[in-house]
Amino acid sequence: MIYLDHAATTPLDPRVAEAMQPFFSEDFGNPSSQHGGGQRAEAAVEDSREKVARALGCRPEEVVFTSGGSESDNLAVRGAAFAARTRRGADHLLVSPIEHPAVLATARALAADFGLTLELLPVDVFGRVDPDDVARRLRPTTALVSVMYASNEIGTIEPIAAIGHLCRERGVLFHSDAVQAASQLPIEVDALQVDLLSLGAHKFYGPKGVGALFVRKGTPLTPIQTGGGQEHGLRAGTHNVPYLVGMARALEITVSERESHNARYRTLRDRLIGAIDDLVPEVRLTGHPVERLPNHASFALHGIKGNHLLAHLDLAGIACSSGSACKTGDPKPSEVLLAIGLPPDWVYGSLRATLGRQTTEAEIDRLLQVLPGVCAKLRTTDSR
Amino acid sequence: MSDRPLVAMAMSGGVDSSVAAALLVERGYRVVGLMLRLWSEPGRALENRCCTPAGIALAQRVAARLSVPFHVIDAQGPFAEAILSIFVAEYRRGRTPNPCLTCNREIRWGYLRRHAQAMGAEILATGHYARTREREGQIDLLTARDGEKDQSYVLSVLDQEALQHSLFPVGDLTKLEVRETARRLDLPVADRPDSQDLCFLAGDDYRDFLRRQAPDVFRPGAMVTTEGRQVGTHQGLAAYTIGQRKGLGLSAAEPLYVVDLDERSNQVVVGPREKLGRSALATERAQWINPPAPAAPIEAQVKIRYKAAAVAARVTPLTDGGCRVDFERPLRDITPGQAAVFYQGERCLGQATIAQSLAESA
Repeated sequence: MIYLDHAATTPLDPRVAEAMQPFFSEDFGNPSSQHGGGQRAEAAVEDSREKVARALGCRPEEVVFTSGGSESDNLAVRGAAFAARTRRGADHLLVSPIEHPAVLATARALAADFGLTLELLPVDVFGRVDPDDVARRLRPTTALVSVMYASNEIGTIEPIAAIGHLCRERGVLFHSDAVQAASQLPIEVDALQVDLLSLGAHKFYGPKGVGALFVRKGTPLTPIQTGGGQEHGLRAGTHNVPYLVGMARALEITVSERESHNARYRTLRDRLIGAIDDLVPEVRLTGHPVERLPNHASFALHGIKGNHLLAHLDLAGIACSSGSACKTGDPKPSEVLLAIGLPPDWVYGSLRATLGRQTTEAEIDRLLQVLPGVCAKLRTTDSR
Repeated sequence: MSDRPLVAMAMSGGVDSSVAAALLVERGYRVVGLMLRLWSEPGRALENRCCTPAGIALAQRVAARLSVPFHVIDAQGPFAEAILSIFVAEYRRGRTPNPCLTCNREIRWGYLRRHAQAMGAEILATGHYARTREREGQIDLLTARDGEKDQSYVLSVLDQEALQHSLFPVGDLTKLEVRETARRLDLPVADRPDSQDLCFLAGDDYRDFLRRQAPDVFRPGAMVTTEGRQVGTHQGLAAYTIGQRKGLGLSAAEPLYVVDLDERSNQVVVGPREKLGRSALATERAQWINPPAPAAPIEAQVKIRYKAAAVAARVTPLTDGGCRVDFERPLRDITPGQAAVFYQGERCLGQATIAQSLAESA
């Protein structure tokens, strides 16, 4: 199987698995316990927090461990919104329309169930947010601005630092979902000028089910999961020690090896993007041609059903994904593709190929070899 | 590995297609599980009898257990186009369609099979209870070993080309054996009861479905006796079926039954029980499986509904490609729009849509 779906998830790095191993049944203690076993576990958690903080360029106490990217997004958006409303009556959320559902659905729920006002930012045809558009829409009552660092679906990198800069000038909290970006882009929070930044370990060769939220010191945040007071009271629940250890190790490796992988990704990605136009009729690149994740190639194909395309590729031994695909065979047009103004007969036919550390040139060439025939077949099969 | 033929297994999450898939794997075929996502009424997808998200999840688990790839083919558009439109149009004409036959021909062995072929699978397998047998280079369609479960009726629309590329792995098993096999292989299938309902009715009466989806189908008119005397009004031909007694809103000395639905005059014709019996019918163009159309009348057994018993009859081919069927005894529920399926013993000869019942024997 040729795996070209690294934006969905990545395999666990063996070095990470090794780091996690002792904390399942040897050093299994609860970090909240007073005895030696508990102390060793707590030390592992705090070591991990330091490693993550080092990668983010922040203080360890600004790192909150969560169960993953979606929880981090929920804690950031709900937590900031509730705190801002309670403290100063702010009720306005300014969010990009291409956010991951963990942000977008959360913001919609806050509007529907708690009476907050949700305003979606405009994006250009590449899905880019213009910082000036943010500036124009900021209100005294704006509780939070949330714009993702890089799009999981179309790969576009957003001008986070510029948005963060103007939010800071205006005294408005700024959150960025960096779940997709963290495997490839710099994540130093001061350069990005963010107050809140979400991470999920399994996107950077760490385990599933663990993540982190950077919370800049002094950021008012209401906890959404209450209980035993772990994580400075921001996220209750016994620490998942082996997984936190795994995430920290994975992030450490990712940051140190990032640029060498990125250089290779760009070469392979551009080989794919450059060749597809000549091989497949009626195909367009989605997302920004330059400002995009190094490992990310995404396309829209006219008159093709994305989930049928994935089925055919899977049988040909190639694992890709599609923004509109749905395993229950009831595809909905991708919200992101609609937001960037793609016409209706294009929005179902999206294809995403995302590269990883093990991806080879031969694998990209195999995709390029298989894709034209599959597309031609589907265009006749689906149209009959 | 890739020199073994690839078989597309139509899966539903039910026990029959799950066991069929397992048997194919046991026999050494390379298998890809495909599941049709058929049309469901907006907002009612969860009540649909098949292809619910839960059914899809179950089929996917079975496929994973068998280590075969699994994918859902979205046939909502083609189903609405090819099946629903005919379903509504037939009721509009006062006929009672059986959309399962059309679906098998147009969707399962049409749209789905084209996708399977595009994936490199020339053979399509399903969990239907039926058998095939080669005879002089042609394929016979045979009834299932389990007579209770036989589904050759709904497969009678398949032609030679389709049958030559079809497998029915559970056709040689009884339902009991299929359930035992599922247990032996520990397949995570639902032990749900078989249903005769149409998948898209979502447990509803077809009349309610039509009222929602095509209210114009119901044109009220006169309800008359076989002598032409008006005894009431009807809500529209689609609300009635031949042989129906209840819900006519009539009070008469003797029970009255629907004996005819006359599209031209938009009348529901009612009569006493003895008027129901008809011993002959005429069909539209017949489709023959193997051999092609007979030149002379043949003796056969004919089923006029999926669950009807086969009745001995003489089938006379007509010059227009249709047939006249004379039964050995009168039948009470000959229903235009349903399929008359012809058998000789275990062999299914073919089928034709019933155009009308005929009162007199030839």
